[in-house]
Amino acid sequence: MSTDVTAKTPAPAPPGRSGPARGGSLLRLVLNGLRRNMRQYGMLIALGLIVALFAVWTDGDLLLPRNVSNLVLQNSYILILAIGMMLVIIAGHIDLSVGSLTAFVGATAAVLTVQHGMSWPLATVICLLAGAVAGAVQGYLIAYFGIPSFIVTLAGMLLFRGLTEILLEGQTLGPFPDGLQKIGNGFLPEVGPDTNYHNLTLLLGLVLIAFAVYQEIRDRRRQQEFSLDVLPRNFFLLKLAAIAAAILVVTLLLASYKGAPIVLIVLGVLVVGYGYVMRNTIFGRHIYAIGGNLPAAKLSGVKDRKVTFCVFLNMGVLAALAGLVVAARLNAASPKAGLNYELEAIASSFIGGASMSGGVGTVLGAIIGGLVLGVLNNGMNLLSVGTDWQQVIKGLALLAAVGFDVWNKRKSGS
Amino acid sequence: MAGPVLEMRSIVKTFPGVKALSDVTLTVRQGEVHAICGENGAGKSTLMKVLSGVHPHGTYEGEIYFEGELCRFKDIRASEQRGIVIIHQELALVPYLSIAENIFLGNELATRGFINWNETLRRATQLLRRVGLDEHPETRVADIGVGKQQLVEIAKALSKEVKLLILDEPTAALNDEDSGKLLDLILELKKQGITSIIISHKLNEIRRVADSVTILRDGRSIETLDVRAPETTEDRIISGMVGRDLDHRFPERTPHRPEEGAAPALEIRDWTVLHPIDQHRKVVDGVSLHVRRGEIVGIAGLMGAGRTELAMSVFGRSYGRYAGGTVLKDGREIRTRTVAEAIGNGIAYVTEDRKHYGLNLIDTIHRNISLTALDKVARRGVVDEHEERQVAEGFRTSMNIKAPTVFEPVGKLSGGNQQKVVLSKWIFAGPDVLILDEPTRGIDVGAKYEIYTVIDQLAAQGKAVVFISSELPELLGMCDRIYTMAAGRLTGEVPRAEATQEVLMRHMTKDTQDKEVTR
Repeated sequence: MSTDVTAKTPAPAPPGRSGPARGGSLLRLVLNGLRRNMRQYGMLIALGLIVALFAVWTDGDLLLPRNVSNLVLQNSYILILAIGMMLVIIAGHIDLSVGSLTAFVGATAAVLTVQHGMSWPLATVICLLAGAVAGAVQGYLIAYFGIPSFIVTLAGMLLFRGLTEILLEGQTLGPFPDGLQKIGNGFLPEVGPDTNYHNLTLLLGLVLIAFAVYQEIRDRRRQQEFSLDVLPRNFFLLKLAAIAAAILVVTLLLASYKGAPIVLIVLGVLVVGYGYVMRNTIFGRHIYAIGGNLPAAKLSGVKDRKVTFCVFLNMGVLAALAGLVVAARLNAASPKAGLNYELEAIASSFIGGASMSGGVGTVLGAIIGGLVLGVLNNGMNLLSVGTDWQQVIKGLALLAAVGFDVWNKRKSGS
Repeated sequence: MAGPVLEMRSIVKTFPGVKALSDVTLTVRQGEVHAICGENGAGKSTLMKVLSGVHPHGTYEGEIYFEGELCRFKDIRASEQRGIVIIHQELALVPYLSIAENIFLGNELATRGFINWNETLRRATQLLRRVGLDEHPETRVADIGVGKQQLVEIAKALSKEVKLLILDEPTAALNDEDSGKLLDLILELKKQGITSIIISHKLNEIRRVADSVTILRDGRSIETLDVRAPETTEDRIISGMVGRDLDHRFPERTPHRPEEGAAPALEIRDWTVLHPIDQHRKVVDGVSLHVRRGEIVGIAGLMGAGRTELAMSVFGRSYGRYAGGTVLKDGREIRTRTVAEAIGNGIAYVTEDRKHYGLNLIDTIHRNISLTALDKVARRGVVDEHEERQVAEGFRTSMNIKAPTVFEPVGKLSGGNQQKVVLSKWIFAGPDVLILDEPTRGIDVGAKYEIYTVIDQLAAQGKAVVFISSELPELLGMCDRIYTMAAGRLTGEVPRAEATQEVLMRHMTKDTQDKEVTR
């Protein structure tokens, strides 16, 4: 049960998970919370089960520190894309171009650093800007020009793939400067006295625990201030202990190998940041509003075009980031990089609770969905299942997740 | 007197957690028009779904006898084979298929899978003549109006050898003229021996076409009245629906006394709007009107008069193409080019179509209420969810929104409660001028009264209210002044004291003819 925890811990628990009308019993509090987040808890439980199953089947290999570390590195770029894709899908759109865009950005990075010897920090900035421009152009065509996102990004998918091949002249280009490689493969540096663990990772874990506990307590106090229902003291302490234990387990697993991968830190920041934006900011609300009911959002004064534009701009930047991570990890830019990544990111979003018609989904859900696919991948690799069967099983997993959701909705009324 | 063609005995239908029908009995005589009325949620539509096999046999308790035989329909097809056809509130036509194709959809005239077009067109023409629709059967359904579409639905029903025709709120989307034609058609079909059940909110329609009326309340059949009997008045039916005598349908209002000298809160001058596609057509043509603080001003008009178009155009150019006119607030000209500008200038527009334009149905009550004025519960772009929840709880109490918590998705609420959420949302935005477009459409009598009370309070607080409605009694009961519109133009301004339904209707129907000529 460790991988699900990596997803859960960085984000402060969603507010409002325990607040039905006053006078509710504990059971009702818990049940209400469960009912409202049925999809997410369901997927979390499914993820736990998948992890447990593969842990047994692989005789525990899945949870070896080395493998957990690998799992993070292997899936980081899909998870980064899934965060952006979740926003796009919530806004009621789709982005098919991100796979090609990651390849294009990787190629740009290779041309700049390998062929022209540019310093890697400058190249990184230029690459992120390139992603932003690509996202902005697509966003402009979708939001202000009114071409459906499916069409614009389908064109983008072909266009960026083609540009990648033109840039690389069909060749694979590498290796990258050390600094850039670190983004994909690096770990936090080793410091301090020689313990059996990675010191900086331990410290980071402790800080994270402190932060999570602080957030929880602050949240509880705010709820009490507004005289809303909160969990009774004992249960609250139990919950805090569970959160702390979960972070600790992951920290120890990572710290007993090479420490926390740098990309995990990046990912953690993204999850917390985007989770916060989607849940707590006006911008986030407006994304949900235009995806849920566009005409109503317009008549409520939401600047729908600007919001749509920003969502695609953001997707471009995240795709660029993912492109850098992929290129750095493989230590080469290849014309075939990022193939089908858009589909994996889209699948992650839908497994994680997004809806085809928009307006529904959470950043955490996208991460859970991405991890379900990631653990399936990794576990089946360990069991040496061929890629042919891996595809079949991942396809079935997507169907099962969305099928469960549809069934669950139908059962609960309408 | 003819015997019963349909008997539904002791029908009980339970959904998870809700008893939608408890012990409903309905008897319909051969060849009559039988009305069913009741508040929203009384179980009218559920009862008809049980009858037509949408809820198949086995999912409900009780017995259905049609033409003396016990029926156990497993789906809609089974009931249609017996000659029971239901026409739903939302029309089930495919817009891009022709009238003929729609009439025989699912029932195609074909031999071995190949459609016999000649026969299809011949039969369709016959059916269209029977329902009095003068359109070519190859016309696309999307190209004819809602009223005519309704007639196509009936033609479709007739093609199935209908014996019992069920119409669920058939005139809800129609204007008075089309409604009239439809009701005439029902009477015509009655002469041809077709029995009809009509579900309606409109009591005047029931009085016009129905022979008897069964009243449902809270999932029970309360009583069946003979409409032709003199003691069956509209008030009698209403009191049956709400279960109490309705001494007043509107709150007591003290008529507004205009302040001398003060500029009106909102003034619209020479507003003109072109149709979004056909840009030669003026949908709103040089309309000027004003409303003062504390005043409720009505806008009456038939469908197509341009009332909603005027309101939406003023509210951030949300409809059609602007072609001239100015808006003044407290005597000063303001810009309302975008919705955000309009809201910023203290104008609110509460839409007539809350499901499509008013609410995000999949989102919660509290998020819907805060959407227009998120900055009021946010600091530096970050929403304070606790404060937001607090605000929503306040509205839930003060507006009497019936929901267990403010985290309930709005889509699960009844129409009346949804309307209260929309109103809460716009009241929270804190406007000076509220434009209410059909604020009581499709909601039950009890909730209507609550909404009227809220509107009255808003005016008493000094807000200026523009009240657009198709229900004349409601305008007469609530407004200080009533404008009338016809074919995009203002055709009258009637003070409360002089307003009667007849006066308003005269203004609403005048001028249209001239306009046809001048164009």
